[in-house]
Amino acid sequence: MVSPILQLHNINKSFGHVQANKNINLTINKGTIHGIIGENGAGKSTLMSIVYGLYQADSGTIKVNEKEIKLKSPKDSIEHGIGMVHQHFMLVENFTVLENIVLGFEGEVIFGKKLEKAKTDLNNLCKTYSLNVDLNSIISDLSVGFRQRVEILKSLYRGAEVFILDEPTGVLTPQEVDELFKILRSLKEEGKTIVLITHKLNEIMDLTSEVSVMRQGEVVGHTKTDHTNREKLAEMMVGRSVLLRINKSKTQRGDVAFKVENLTVKDDLDVTRVKNVSLEIHAGEILGLAGVTGNGQTELLEALSGIRKVESGEIFLNGKKISDSVEHLNPRELKEKGLAHIPEDRQRMGLVNDFKAYENLIFGYHDQEPYSKSSIMKEHKILDYSKKLMEEYDVRPRSPHLMTSNFSGGNQQKLILSRELNESPKILLVGQPTRGVDIGAIEFIHQRLIDMRDKGAAILLVSVELEEVLSLSDRIVVMFDGKIVGERINKDVSDRELGLLMAGVA
Amino acid sequence: MSTTVDKSKVPWWVSNLIVPLVNLTLALLVSALFIFIAGENPYQAIKLIIYGSFGYIEGFAYTLYYTTNFIFTGLAFAVAFHCRLFNIGGEGQAYIGGLGVFLVAINVSFLPVPIVWILSIAGAFIFGAAWAFIPAYLQAKRGSHVVITTIMFNFIASSLMVYLLVDVIRDMKQMGPHTVALPEEMWLPSFKDFAALFGINIRYSPLNASFLLAIAASFFVWYLVWKTKWGYEMRAVGHNTQAAIYAGISPYKNIIIAMLISGGLAGLLSINEVLGVHHKIVSGFPAGYGFTGIAVALMGRNHPIGIFPAAFLFGILYQGGSEVTFDMPNITRYMFVAVQGVIILFSGALENLFRPQIESWFVNKLNKQVEA
Repeated sequence: MVSPILQLHNINKSFGHVQANKNINLTINKGTIHGIIGENGAGKSTLMSIVYGLYQADSGTIKVNEKEIKLKSPKDSIEHGIGMVHQHFMLVENFTVLENIVLGFEGEVIFGKKLEKAKTDLNNLCKTYSLNVDLNSIISDLSVGFRQRVEILKSLYRGAEVFILDEPTGVLTPQEVDELFKILRSLKEEGKTIVLITHKLNEIMDLTSEVSVMRQGEVVGHTKTDHTNREKLAEMMVGRSVLLRINKSKTQRGDVAFKVENLTVKDDLDVTRVKNVSLEIHAGEILGLAGVTGNGQTELLEALSGIRKVESGEIFLNGKKISDSVEHLNPRELKEKGLAHIPEDRQRMGLVNDFKAYENLIFGYHDQEPYSKSSIMKEHKILDYSKKLMEEYDVRPRSPHLMTSNFSGGNQQKLILSRELNESPKILLVGQPTRGVDIGAIEFIHQRLIDMRDKGAAILLVSVELEEVLSLSDRIVVMFDGKIVGERINKDVSDRELGLLMAGVA
Repeated sequence: MSTTVDKSKVPWWVSNLIVPLVNLTLALLVSALFIFIAGENPYQAIKLIIYGSFGYIEGFAYTLYYTTNFIFTGLAFAVAFHCRLFNIGGEGQAYIGGLGVFLVAINVSFLPVPIVWILSIAGAFIFGAAWAFIPAYLQAKRGSHVVITTIMFNFIASSLMVYLLVDVIRDMKQMGPHTVALPEEMWLPSFKDFAALFGINIRYSPLNASFLLAIAASFFVWYLVWKTKWGYEMRAVGHNTQAAIYAGISPYKNIIIAMLISGGLAGLLSINEVLGVHHKIVSGFPAGYGFTGIAVALMGRNHPIGIFPAAFLFGILYQGGSEVTFDMPNITRYMFVAVQGVIILFSGALENLFRPQIESWFVNKLNKQVEA
């Protein structure tokens, strides 16, 4: 018996000029896992924020169990049995699991018998859904995967019937993803309803029974998952057909262009994050560096690009030493030597948000001719160059005078990518090249990287997206706890094997 | 979320003209209320302000004289602010700048006068910059906040100058804490002399050629901040230090450069005061211009084109305000300090109070026009 638990009718929401949601109609059936898929900026998160009561819709109605409700705040939605697991967890780091869960309910349960009852209830919930969470552990001691379970447990305890998960797998290892999916399936077995927001097609195919596709604020398709496939979904998301697996010729490997020997790097808190790492990248090769976020990749990239001091070890570019513990070339000097760096956290590091687009398009190259001469900026030349670049990389809108913060996330990324790739670097360090980029742009970026490789560039690709590492790299190394724990030739390796290496168990 | 405005759709004149004007009007309304409570007629007071600052030529010249000082200190604050440094030490930097002017002028008096002027300007700039250097260094290398260090350096400058003016460089023939006068041929051409050329007779006016220097400094700042590599790098460090490091731009270097230029510009105030008005160093000549410069810069949105009218506005308030205090016994000098405070409050601290409403109102209105 299929009955709708959550119904949305003609939901509209705009921010200023931008209509984030247009006439959304969506029915979610009880006891299903319903996927919502779409590119960045398609309006998925806005829609779910409306359902969770964070935003109010401009118009439209929401029904829970076929009764119309008004949602003014998350408190209302929790009362109606809607729970949300956010992309960024809302947990107090130095509290225990139990304290976090009763937070907001203290008045009722913090003392005496009631707290004991809460504990029993929670332990029962843990058992039913095999969540396996220890109520007394401190949040900061838990891995990301477990923190996510705490969020799920919190929603369960508050009586959620519908669980909204916003991009839940972005920060997990493949093993953790498997565990999460098990939990979600057991929730479904118990009659709970799950709304899974994602841009990953695999997850939709693996987990969901129904899927809705959003594009530019509208729901453009609804289907049973069994009746569709990855290619069809991708096409619906983008509005045209998309190449999912990149066409890649065999590599013409040249000499070693970039070499790292016994590198050790500390972070700002003086914790050693990169431990005795050695790497070699050949010209005409993409070396993939896989690993779960926070295992030293960020510090490694920063050290290689001259941003961070090297504790010990040496770095060589085309056989010449560029960094050791005594001195290192700064990022600008490295750029002059043909080393480009696309930082992981681009909005934070790669751009100045309060600059105009054209100012960001020469950022880091601003003291080179023709962009400046004897310290005077050559505005006309910069503008001509910017227009050309924005055209070539399809940055929208094509207005170099627009403030960078007024571009969408994906277009901000394109500003950086175009800047760094256009200088045809000999060595390219790329961190998370497609994080936050939509699927149409991913295809474009991947093709660019392959083109650069074919022209003889040595590329280091750091990514937490295993699929990306697998589809682009010629060789793969895995980083765990600051160390390189394995090296594989791409064609001989499985996701499973890499996943185990990433988790540090192999 | 109803007040979220798509910034790219807001016309420049709304955010840069309408919003400041609304803030200013509100500030003046509140000030009028103060005057009313003090027992005077606000309408009369405003008439007096306008008469005092525009009504007769000496008054207008005074307005421009104050404007000159505010342009220097406003530009000084703005340059540092583009590197996100709150240089509130303009007062001390101007004071020490005066020492530079005097020492240079008195020691090179044998040279032709225009060269003495140029060297004195350099002296003012270098001494002001030097006084800003120590806080800059402490900020760049040690992370000591410039707000703390520059304000302390104001007090140090003040004490140092009092010591020098009493014990070292005082004109020993008299008792007051000031130096001997510079030779008359070195005095900057005054507005009085200029007016005399056209047969206009003026009793006294402090307005002098420094006003032109202030305008030149405005162009210099505009060019520096928006057209040169240094300005580009300073703004990059100011807006996003991490990104600057990524791009190989040194925050240390740029913090120091921005503070040196800022201190130097504040130092130029002493060209007006020492070379143009007093022709010697008198104790306490910066008289709060350094602090008012902060408000001028904030109100002018740290852009020379905004700083000029803001400086002029404060010039009107200073000059018109003193006119009011002469004629209205219930209104003291401090009343106008309060009025300035209200203006600073509305155009600085509460700058964004009505911005979203005003901007979204205009955006909606313009959209309707487009649709219609």
